[in-house]
Amino acid sequence: MQINGKVWKFGDDVDTDVIIPARYLVTIDPAELATHCMEDIDPEFAGKVQPGDVIVAGKNFGCGSSREHAPISIKAAGVRAVVAESFARIFYRNAINIGLPVIESPQSAKEAETGDLLEIDTDEGNVHNTRTGNTYPSTPYDTYVMEIIQAGGLMEAVTRRVQAKRQAQ
Amino acid sequence: MGQTMAEKILSRAAGRPSVTTGEIVEVDVDLVMTNDITAPLSISEFRKTGLEHVFDPQKVVFVPDHFVPAKDIKAAEQAKIMREFAREQGTIYFEIGRAGIEHVVLPENGLTLPGQVIIGADSHTCTYGAFNAFSTGMGSTDIAAAMALGTTWVRVPPTIKFVYTGELPEDVGGKDLILYTIGQIGVDGAHYAVMEFTGEVIDNLPMDDRIAMANMAIEAGAKTGIFAFDDKTRDWLTAVTDKPLEPVSSDPDAVYQQVIEFDVSNLKPLVALPHLPSNVHAADEITDMPIHQVVIGSCTNGRMSDLREVAKVLEGRQVHPDVRCIVIPGSQEVAKQATKEGLADIFMDAGAIFSTSTCGPCLGGYMGVLAKGERCVSTTNRNFRGRMGHRESEVILTGPRVAAASAILGRVGSPAQL
Repeated sequence: MQINGKVWKFGDDVDTDVIIPARYLVTIDPAELATHCMEDIDPEFAGKVQPGDVIVAGKNFGCGSSREHAPISIKAAGVRAVVAESFARIFYRNAINIGLPVIESPQSAKEAETGDLLEIDTDEGNVHNTRTGNTYPSTPYDTYVMEIIQAGGLMEAVTRRVQAKRQAQ
Repeated sequence: MGQTMAEKILSRAAGRPSVTTGEIVEVDVDLVMTNDITAPLSISEFRKTGLEHVFDPQKVVFVPDHFVPAKDIKAAEQAKIMREFAREQGTIYFEIGRAGIEHVVLPENGLTLPGQVIIGADSHTCTYGAFNAFSTGMGSTDIAAAMALGTTWVRVPPTIKFVYTGELPEDVGGKDLILYTIGQIGVDGAHYAVMEFTGEVIDNLPMDDRIAMANMAIEAGAKTGIFAFDDKTRDWLTAVTDKPLEPVSSDPDAVYQQVIEFDVSNLKPLVALPHLPSNVHAADEITDMPIHQVVIGSCTNGRMSDLREVAKVLEGRQVHPDVRCIVIPGSQEVAKQATKEGLADIFMDAGAIFSTSTCGPCLGGYMGVLAKGERCVSTTNRNFRGRMGHRESEVILTGPRVAAASAILGRVGSPAQL
């Protein structure tokens, strides 16, 4: 998968409370959640992000609560992928499960700045920055995680299993 | 090669003699939990499978606690989706008035046992490590998958062993120990690892304090926190369940990613200043920080021993005129016991409110949301920007005694300063 997108850069420890504040957790409607994406770290973000953009951040992106509303709001806001030095573990799983590409690439995350254009190749496992000309590797996905990604999300994978089991019976 | 407690639990749940750090295993789950915020999404994802029934209704639990009693119409609708699904499926369900905060209620009802694998769509599901379980938080979709299959996948985490030595000062508790630990290692210091809490200090530590520590393992980025099973665990659990207990212990030759030793003999009551739980300082060194609100309660510190500590500080004293003090029991059982022991009267006589059980203010839901520029001392577990309300409000984390003392002082301070 090739993802090319304009960068919005954030720092370390971006937590789920700033990604989608709890006051908005009274809905599971992606479009509504998208309008509040990143609101408590950058109140203007939802208004200026363009479909196809990418978020780049430092260490421990998505730390805090288990709210899946966080990756949902990012995905529904049109963000194509999140690149970070590292991800908090619940957020990482949630993103994979709902089909938001999360790319761990410490060097490219450190180097990228807001406005840069990144060319992400998830098959090759690298991230190219057109401003600096540098290409850095991304951490490969576990086989199990790759299967979820290829199925199009966790519930798609689970549903296939359920159907296969039914047919076997 | 020896195994840690966490590895033994995962081996058993995977039906294997042993597991290796870093490998992905599929494990049977003993309990699957969601709440009013996370359940609606889990339910809609579960429906996608076409299955009519959850894998085992007696292993699926729903607890309305975050925005209930419903704070507004939308919250009421979310809670209703969960309630109706629980009824339809015949799962375990704890209605308000007969329950409280999930991580207080589940143990009270004997649902969190040693050796179990417990997953919940709430990041503080790691709380049950205090009972020698492997318990961890996941998102709604992972929980939906587990409700369908009765299994989940886990990458076997490495374990970091924390050894607490020395003699714990009397005015220092489990909350101080975990804040100290997070302050030392940082909010991703135990990234994806299991925190195993050990040492003479832990052996002597009461259950409620252990629960507070396990509860905040996630604030160090951990997959879970876990404690060995001992007489204290047994006494606590046999009071609430007659189910057989199957504890696990770490082998002497178990392999740890790291062993970290802390001598805590000189530890002081601590606070975590905004906006990270790792921003830890001694409470009595912060003398010039006025506050507007104090919240006492939550899945971290809403249990009887917490409320008793608070009552000791508040009794015969008055909450500072500039402070709103909100005391929230962790469950209906805690509320009843606190009333019976006269604690509710002490709180109200001191000028605090004693509310119904809810997560409410901890995550800026309701019952104590902060305005712009306001500062709150809280016994909860997170102080991220905007956590309790306006993005320009502040939360300072601490244990029950410092929270109560701060309510009286009108600023951040310790009981020694009263």
